[in-house]
Amino acid sequence: MSTTVSVGARTAATAARRRNYARQYWPFIVPAGAVVFAVILFPWLFTLFMSVHDWHIGGERTFVGLRNYARMLGDERFGWALLRTLYFTALSVILPMVLGVAAAVVFHRSFPGRGLARTLFIMPMMATPVAVALVWTMMFHPQLGVLNYLLTSMGLPPSAWVYESGTVIPTLVMVETWQWTPLVMLIVLGGLASLPTDPYEAAMLDGASMAQVFRHVTLPLVWPFIMVAAVIRGIDALKAFDTIFVISNGGPGTASETLNILLYLQAFSFYDMGYASAIVAVFFVLILLVTMLLLHFRQRDALS
Amino acid sequence: MTALPGRRRSTPASRRVRRVLGRVGLYACVLLLVSPAILVFLWMLSLSLKNEADNTAFPPVFIPNPPTLNNFADVFRKNDFLQYTLNSIIVSFGATGAALLVGVPAGYGIAKARATRAALLILIARITPGLSYLIPLFLLFQWLELTGTLLPIVITHLVITVPIVVYIMIGFFEGLPPELEEAALVDGATIWQAFRFVALPLARPGITVATILGFIFSWNNFIFGIVLAGRETRTLPVAVYNVLTFEQVSWGPLAAAALLVTLPVLLLTLLMQKEIVAGLTAGGVKGG
Repeated sequence: MSTTVSVGARTAATAARRRNYARQYWPFIVPAGAVVFAVILFPWLFTLFMSVHDWHIGGERTFVGLRNYARMLGDERFGWALLRTLYFTALSVILPMVLGVAAAVVFHRSFPGRGLARTLFIMPMMATPVAVALVWTMMFHPQLGVLNYLLTSMGLPPSAWVYESGTVIPTLVMVETWQWTPLVMLIVLGGLASLPTDPYEAAMLDGASMAQVFRHVTLPLVWPFIMVAAVIRGIDALKAFDTIFVISNGGPGTASETLNILLYLQAFSFYDMGYASAIVAVFFVLILLVTMLLLHFRQRDALS
Repeated sequence: MTALPGRRRSTPASRRVRRVLGRVGLYACVLLLVSPAILVFLWMLSLSLKNEADNTAFPPVFIPNPPTLNNFADVFRKNDFLQYTLNSIIVSFGATGAALLVGVPAGYGIAKARATRAALLILIARITPGLSYLIPLFLLFQWLELTGTLLPIVITHLVITVPIVVYIMIGFFEGLPPELEEAALVDGATIWQAFRFVALPLARPGITVATILGFIFSWNNFIFGIVLAGRETRTLPVAVYNVLTFEQVSWGPLAAAALLVTLPVLLLTLLMQKEIVAGLTAGGVKGG
């Protein structure tokens, strides 16, 4: 945490000197600033501009005001995509969080072979998502897939995996969990590594059990890191694309069509750029809301 | 620390038993955590080394017997796999190189000037879904008649690599002791010289981390390529999805191609695990 100096204590002269000092470093930032403007800010402004137009590729562009946004309200497909996105995101935050924190506690212990084990554990998040998604697709095959073979050989009924609307989202969440639990683990592990040792010594002297130490010492101390991991996981789950696109492509029917998939279809299959841009704007607000919601929880817990 | 009087007293023997049990439990947990990761990759390897009869056999054949490299030969024989590999190399190196060129000085400037608002902008880039950059940029590249070349793909990959590089470098330069550069400035160096000859050499480990992560996330990116790439300009993830589509191609070559695409990344992760873990822990970075 940074130490804050009260602004009132500073004289205007030092503030001016500080500003001049900072200004010296602007030339370092300008090139990157130009790149960020060109590939990040410009697309944003242009998206807002497009979202108030009726704009099909190859067609005429006409100003329609907020009609694209109004259309969203009446668009049942959009509504379902929104709900599905929230369902997928809730599961894809909770599961990796629980497993990731547990994994971080395990990898925080020191044992021979820890480095290698940790590297193997983070492989799923480093591997090319499309490549692993294709392998998962082969494993999900209802007749020839290895997963149904494993289920039936354990005496369990086979699953339709991504080939049935009831199971497709939980199945995709499973892949997402497999892939992104390591990131949660790494962030929480970083938190665990930065903890002071004094509270532990005090708790041990008081004869606290391992479970008590975890609940009353470790968890509160590492909570800020857990919330950072949750925010990042929430953002990434909302934006999930590669896995869903490759494994189910929004199907069967529209059973796994999340906002991002719908967005892709509107923009690059139907070439309805105006409507797609309006969806982007709403999508971004949704991501901001989820981020702020999770940060709000973080603040409230810090106070209690 | 000695046990308090009245609390359970343990003999050395029972303590040793408990320690052994703890060790066994710990390794069981580690095995449980690591096996889903390993098994998927092993299954990928198994599929890629079996002939088609074994790949579609039920019950499945787990160990290839005998293993065959035909699938890998197929991948190269039936597709322009080399061309796609070259595309991926150009795009990932280009986007990472350009990001280092602008991002390393920017990280230095932001760290020195404490420009927190500039860092916030980087965060917004992290939040925004990749598709939302694509719609306007797609139109722009069409208008500039750049589609069909690799340049639009390199440019869009900057969306991934620039934030990663800047974010990691800010953290790294903030961690450097300022005394050395101050000494150089007192001796009459310009701030550019202080950066170039004092800070930059010290920042080499940070640059390594930023390069590796930028490269990996650019290499893995799918969403920009699937929209912008034409037949000749496909990157590997796009090629493996597009060319070897699921229905048409048998499992063996598909698994072999998938393995080839992700192999460089897996090897990098194995070799540079310390740097990668440090970078990911610091930023929680991931692009697209």
